[in-house]
Amino acid sequence: MKLRLSRRQTLFGSASLFVASTIPQWASAATRDPRLVVIILRGALDGLATVAPVGDADFVRQRGGLALRLDGDKPALPLDPLFALNPAMPVFKKLYDDKQALFVQAVATPYRERSHFDGQDVLESGLPGPGAVRDGWLNRFLATLPRGGAASGEGLGVGATAPLILRGSAPVLGWSPQNLVPASDDLAQRLMDLYGRRDPALHMALSEGLRVEALAKAGGMEGDQKPKGGMDSPPGMRQAAAGAAKLMAAPGGPRIAALSFEGWDTHANEGPVGGRLSQLLGGLDGAFEELKNGLGPIWGQTIVVAITEFGRTVRINGTSGADHGTGGLALLAGGALKGGRGIYDWPGLADAKLFQNRDLAPTTDLRAVLKGVLAEHFGAPAGMLGTTVFPDSASVKPMAGLIAG
Amino acid sequence: MVAKDEKAGFLALSRFGFGPRGDGDLAAASLDPRGFLRAEIEQPGAALLAGPGLPDSNIALQSMFAEQDAEKAAREKMAPPGAQPEQPQPPKPPSPQQMFYRAEALARFRRAFAARAGLVERLVAFWSNHFAVSVAKGGPTRATAGAMEREAIRPHVLGRFADMLLAVESHPAMLYFLDQQQSVGPGSQVGQKQNRGRNENLGREILELHTLGVASGYSQADVIALANMLTGWRFAGRDGKLGEPGTFVFQANAHEPGAQNMLGADYPQAGADQAQAALLALARRPETARHIGFKLARHFVADAPPAALVERLAQTFLRTDGDLRAVTLALIDSPEAFDAPPTKMRLPWEFVVGSARLLGMSPDNPGPILGPLNMLGQPLWQPGGPNGFAEDSATWASPDGVKIRLDLASQWANKLHEAPDPRELLDAAFGAAASPETRQTVARAETKAQGLALLLMAPEAQRR
Repeated sequence: MKLRLSRRQTLFGSASLFVASTIPQWASAATRDPRLVVIILRGALDGLATVAPVGDADFVRQRGGLALRLDGDKPALPLDPLFALNPAMPVFKKLYDDKQALFVQAVATPYRERSHFDGQDVLESGLPGPGAVRDGWLNRFLATLPRGGAASGEGLGVGATAPLILRGSAPVLGWSPQNLVPASDDLAQRLMDLYGRRDPALHMALSEGLRVEALAKAGGMEGDQKPKGGMDSPPGMRQAAAGAAKLMAAPGGPRIAALSFEGWDTHANEGPVGGRLSQLLGGLDGAFEELKNGLGPIWGQTIVVAITEFGRTVRINGTSGADHGTGGLALLAGGALKGGRGIYDWPGLADAKLFQNRDLAPTTDLRAVLKGVLAEHFGAPAGMLGTTVFPDSASVKPMAGLIAG
Repeated sequence: MVAKDEKAGFLALSRFGFGPRGDGDLAAASLDPRGFLRAEIEQPGAALLAGPGLPDSNIALQSMFAEQDAEKAAREKMAPPGAQPEQPQPPKPPSPQQMFYRAEALARFRRAFAARAGLVERLVAFWSNHFAVSVAKGGPTRATAGAMEREAIRPHVLGRFADMLLAVESHPAMLYFLDQQQSVGPGSQVGQKQNRGRNENLGREILELHTLGVASGYSQADVIALANMLTGWRFAGRDGKLGEPGTFVFQANAHEPGAQNMLGADYPQAGADQAQAALLALARRPETARHIGFKLARHFVADAPPAALVERLAQTFLRTDGDLRAVTLALIDSPEAFDAPPTKMRLPWEFVVGSARLLGMSPDNPGPILGPLNMLGQPLWQPGGPNGFAEDSATWASPDGVKIRLDLASQWANKLHEAPDPRELLDAAFGAAASPETRQTVARAETKAQGLALLLMAPEAQRR
């Protein structure tokens, strides 16, 4: 199947030699063909109910009825002497045991307030604080990737709207499951011609939209793509992950993708075991499974990072849930990962150790983790990561040793 | 001169309404674009909506409770699971909340479809998104999201902001959506006896989203003070112990006792008056005026709205004590309202309604409206969070979004039984606002259906 190339792609294609000659070839990019999937968990994942500090002496006292336990009907799955995984995530546990998954606890962006939307802006923009945001860190990173590799340097956004993390000047594909009859090629080309003359932004958007349709065809994704659920439902999460995997595995497919899953704002009746959060975590676990299966042979070159805007309060609130907090959790998986471990500088849950006497104290900067992935997996230079990708973060060193081999 | 007027007339229809239908509306709007919009605002009760199948929220909730109770009773009457082989079940009829949601959706669509320009309906959609609730939260919001718009938003879109604020924050849909229903003062009788506590969700979002705006200077202590004042605000549950099920009640024994201090002001009031006083004070704050002025200007005029326009709207808001009719008039009377170039991407709701108006396509069930809105990422009354749907063009001009718009436009145009001549429709609906390129593209289409799809997708029909 021949891929339709948009005008923008063609421009980038012809410019790739120029770009490659001015940006030094990154050491590892010559020998690897790395893939990255970023999953944004919107609403603030309760990290303490996902990877629970069951070995912390204050955990049960602080968390009360929402504390995961190692005994009982659905015991948590032990990861190390301090932490155990929510029982809704057996796939992640298996990956962890196979050294293809790890967790980072007490991690946070530099944002220290408690607004979801500012928090997500900081998470996705890569800026040190909230404010006017134009583009996302993943897009700025894409724009710096050396061109001309085996896979294309585009990003893929799953969902009808582009998440901030992928917005910016670098070309981005978008896909969501649909069961619409596509417009004819002739109609599409006539509209492309009109947009080309009148509206460059719509021209770019439509050309990317058409290209992803061609990719989907090449990946054998024609036929029933009826949406199976929203991005806050397990079937929806699985379907989005399966679709992203297929597109990334298609010949010439994108090497970087972003998904966003919703519904994590568990203020009331959180249900970490057998309830609402348990369902959502099952969906996330299913997404890891779909990515691993769908990427097949390229899973070995893949890192998946699941991140959220902040954590939730250590103590449960009056309505069997937890309110907006600070220190949170990041989950990483992938065949390229040096997994099977937890990364944390555990601050403890004693009252005096809490941030503002309510939240898990953040001890790891999330940017260090993300930079570590970009530096080792893609060979991106630290200087560029500290300026272009995560502005004003030169003092936050990329975390070393995240990648296998 | 005529050309200039038609451009302004087209802008009046598309920037402030749902776009032309091509039935003479462009000519009428072009005579006096601002007057055309003002006439719509001045119709008495222009924003109100009622009709059969659109119950008040208490009735909607009671219907939902009754159906759930009946189903539970039926389940309990059956033998315990496993005692007999599974019988194939007949398909279940739609729940009351699903029926209400669909009826509300169709009524909302029909009103927007029929509106002369649609400014009032655009205001309704704007405020409904400002005070966003999501039907995905559960049965109570699905049953009452449409009712909340009719009961708490519509009566006030041309009235006072403070009245809308009070109506929304005490509405069952909002009380349920932001977990207020379960929030209990930790020092109240109920809190002490049942060891239950406060939920700060509603208090936080009132400050951050509904009034002052994020990073406007309030603190975590202010959030907690407002959450404390709101304890006891809820709607009566199905047991009717606190009052008629589904109606707002103040549960005194769940209210956090004592005075509170928010933003440096003391609130010594007892009972429900305490939070009411706090909300009225918030409605008057200059931060609120600025927040609302900015959001209106961003919604209607530009992603980065002209500072002078924002300032004028904020000052009007402050000077008139939040008179939203005066603020709306200030918006359409401003020079920026017609000078700013049409850069904003139409939201999916505007695109779907606008396309239906152009094609004269009014379905008799809400499926053909709700389906496209889902695909385009703006499912009705179902945003991803309490901040509502995004307003910026970058969100909506996404590759997938634009491609889906094209597929939908093609589908709609091909389904028409008697397709109008696209060139005539273009003249009647866009007039001098159509670019030569759009005119040429539509005229050269190989079929009527293709020409209509191109018309629906032209930049003039995508941006405003």
